[in-house]
Amino acid sequence: MTNPALSGGGEGPGSTTVASRLSGYLRGGGLIIPLVTVLVAFFVAGLVIAATGADPFETYTAIFNGSGLNWFFPWISAEDRTLAALNLQQTLLLTTPLILVGLAVAFAFRAGLFNIGGQGQYTVGTVVAVWVGSSFSGMPGLLHIVLAVVLASLAGAFWAGIAGYLKATTGANEVITTIMLNYTAIWIGVYLFSLGGPLQNDAQRSIPVSNDIVESARLPVFWGDPELQGLHVGFFVAVAALLVFWVLLNRSVTGYEVRAVGFNPDAAEYGGISVARNYIKVMAVCGAFAGLAGALDILGWQFRLATNDIQTNEYGFLGIAVALLGRNTAIGTAASALLFAALLNGTSVRNLDPAVFDPQLATNLTTIIQGLVVLFVSAPVLVTLVWGLRRRLRIGRSKPAEAG
Amino acid sequence: MSATPLALELEGVTKRFGALVANDRVDFDLRRGEVHALLGENGAGKSTLMNVLYGLHQPDEGEIRLRGERVTIHSPRQAIGLRIGMVHQHFMLIPVMTVAENVVLASEPRKGALLDVTAAERRVRELSERFGLAVDPRARVEDVGVGQQQRVEILRVLHRGADVLILDEPTAVLTAQETAELFKVLRSLTAEGVSVIFISHKLREVLEIADRVTVLRRGKKVGTVDTEGATEASLAKLMVGRDVLFRLDKEAGRAGDPLLAVEDLEVLDERELPAVRGLSLEVRGGEIVGLAGVDGNGQSELVEAIAGLREPVAGRIRVAGRDITGTGVRGALAAGLGHIAEDRHRRGLVLDFTLAENLALRGYKREARFGLLSPKRMKERARPLLEEYDVRGGRPDATASSLSGGNQQKCVIAREIAEEPKVLLAAQPTRGLDVGAIEFVHRRLLEQRAAGRAVLLVSLELEEIRALADRVLVIYDGRIVAELPPDASDEEIGVAMTGGRRAAAGAA
Repeated sequence: MTNPALSGGGEGPGSTTVASRLSGYLRGGGLIIPLVTVLVAFFVAGLVIAATGADPFETYTAIFNGSGLNWFFPWISAEDRTLAALNLQQTLLLTTPLILVGLAVAFAFRAGLFNIGGQGQYTVGTVVAVWVGSSFSGMPGLLHIVLAVVLASLAGAFWAGIAGYLKATTGANEVITTIMLNYTAIWIGVYLFSLGGPLQNDAQRSIPVSNDIVESARLPVFWGDPELQGLHVGFFVAVAALLVFWVLLNRSVTGYEVRAVGFNPDAAEYGGISVARNYIKVMAVCGAFAGLAGALDILGWQFRLATNDIQTNEYGFLGIAVALLGRNTAIGTAASALLFAALLNGTSVRNLDPAVFDPQLATNLTTIIQGLVVLFVSAPVLVTLVWGLRRRLRIGRSKPAEAG
Repeated sequence: MSATPLALELEGVTKRFGALVANDRVDFDLRRGEVHALLGENGAGKSTLMNVLYGLHQPDEGEIRLRGERVTIHSPRQAIGLRIGMVHQHFMLIPVMTVAENVVLASEPRKGALLDVTAAERRVRELSERFGLAVDPRARVEDVGVGQQQRVEILRVLHRGADVLILDEPTAVLTAQETAELFKVLRSLTAEGVSVIFISHKLREVLEIADRVTVLRRGKKVGTVDTEGATEASLAKLMVGRDVLFRLDKEAGRAGDPLLAVEDLEVLDERELPAVRGLSLEVRGGEIVGLAGVDGNGQSELVEAIAGLREPVAGRIRVAGRDITGTGVRGALAAGLGHIAEDRHRRGLVLDFTLAENLALRGYKREARFGLLSPKRMKERARPLLEEYDVRGGRPDATASSLSGGNQQKCVIAREIAEEPKVLLAAQPTRGLDVGAIEFVHRRLLEQRAAGRAVLLVSLELEEIRALADRVLVIYDGRIVAELPPDASDEEIGVAMTGGRRAAAGAA
């Protein structure tokens, strides 16, 4: 029996977890809120810049140019354009994994799950890709690449699938399990490539790094100089993944089931959908996206994996901000992945003129903006919670005006 | 007209929300010490009118006169100051606090900075004696039943000195027994000079408790009538705007082969305790079997087991001869089972889905081509269904949450019937619906019966079972304790529902 007084003012139906409630607010769609969010985040970060004594406008202009996005302006000089092209290649190089880890979070969100495990799934992808890429040296290039990409995606799917399986069978909260799987993945990776580790470099015994992947397993570069870390074809894979995500979610039987489970698991069950099986499936798809991101980074421009990379990389976590800001849609994820990649690249030590703003500080600026975005995007949930509480107490709080 | 002074008068109240006119020049008056019912279909503007009175909305036109004086009410706080109190459908109590604490909340008797608990409890006792509202001031709210919680709400309003009391669908959450007690309380309140506005869409209750009834339809006042001399049919006609058939014309049944057979079924509830204990029943094609019983006697678990949502621990379920025990929802669907779920918000619909998507919930797999679903085809399939079932506001791409309860239920029924089931499980199919929608649902169920399908109707409304069923089975404590004809007396069915029959049979 449900007790109306005790069950509280549950707003949406099926709002069982914070994640599903959050995802409920984020599905609203629309451009206004994400845009305002970004503007406010930039404004607040601008205050921080001003507080350090620098000029916010000058700094933002420098970051913008550092990201290479000025390449699209027709009026810049040929010289600037050459530089801008180089910068833009780097930005798009970062956009590639961010799109994919963003999708890994977004897809889970649509099923009412909160995948914090993008980092671990990405790491598993890089480890498998570097292992496959550096082994089987006699293999034909294309086959080798396909093998590495597929195995890395499967590994990511398996890794995330563990969290889905635990949720389906024991009800273990996916937030907790994916976080723990992150640590597990990272430390397994570190162990494998650390000094004396089973996959540590065969030649350089004193460096904690993997073997290099073989030349033929590298992804072709289609824009820029392959020697200067040009843009590899993996970028198109990420763009294709956006399309796959959209079709899968909005046009496929799987997507119908995923959305039904995300909106209302009880009704989904009534429609004959196995909620438990869906949790596993959804997490596996998420993991495949993240694992693919790892594979493209390894095969596209990193070519080797050091323990240091594993520990400092945080694309997986950035993916959460990307998905939140992108409202868990394909287009939104693409746009916010580009935004974050531009920020990361524009504030990097290499690209920002120290005379304008200290790049050391600027890197933190990205983190500040990222943090603000997550905060503001999550804010509606807080606001609604507070508002709901207020409304429930309103009647209680009002006193008789003159009865006393 | 009457010598009784007016406690309250609303004159020409109009409230617009954009293009929607929720209240259109509504007049309403409340005499001192009367119960005045406000009746109307869902969305007729009852709640808006009361929210205007309670200061939650500002009227666009019209005026409010309280005890003869013109007032404008800007907030609930001000309304309370004017001695208007409202008890909402969903209680606003703090579960961990005691009854006394909840009653005095926000206008506490104090001893210095502290709450004077003894004074609070004394106050609650005074009030409950004066108005005949028995409660234990020291009990914690979470430990008392829903009926008691409602009393706490009423006490709270009285504590603040209200003499105009608005009750928003107060009986929706109550059992018959609790309702009877509430009515006793209301009578003693009015005897003390409190005036009550009673919002409801249950005709019988209105006739029982109210002195006068004002009927709203589509935001307009249709009329105010004395309940003396009014009948359910006359009120329903005012409410819906046409004659409503309470006695449904039912052709004699032509029961065919048994299509649903449940044998020695045992099902556990959420807490893993036995809820259905060795239950057997049979429903033949072309008949409606009504399952009557007090809520919580295993009905929900039985329905979920048959529908494949809950795995039974023992026993068999056959649909059209096919054993579907343990085959889940898909197995039940494949065997030809339709299921109107008892909670359309929790089970029956995905509220954030469009109507087209909701209508595909049971058959989406069939619609798929190469694992892909075409939204266009879904909409094309939905459109005629929405039309046939008269779902108002039912564009295929509207979300289910945008519809009223009655129209949502029509969607559920449209979907289940469109699957052409051999057996239709209808669990509380009219809960929360107004008379017009109820009539619609009942007609559809009878159509299914005429089409030779087996219908198992589970309902808490005895009237509904009587009106529709060919046979009445009474469930008590997870077992069928009696089979009766639908014209058995209330008493006979009532005794069986409370387990009396078995005891009586045992004694005899």
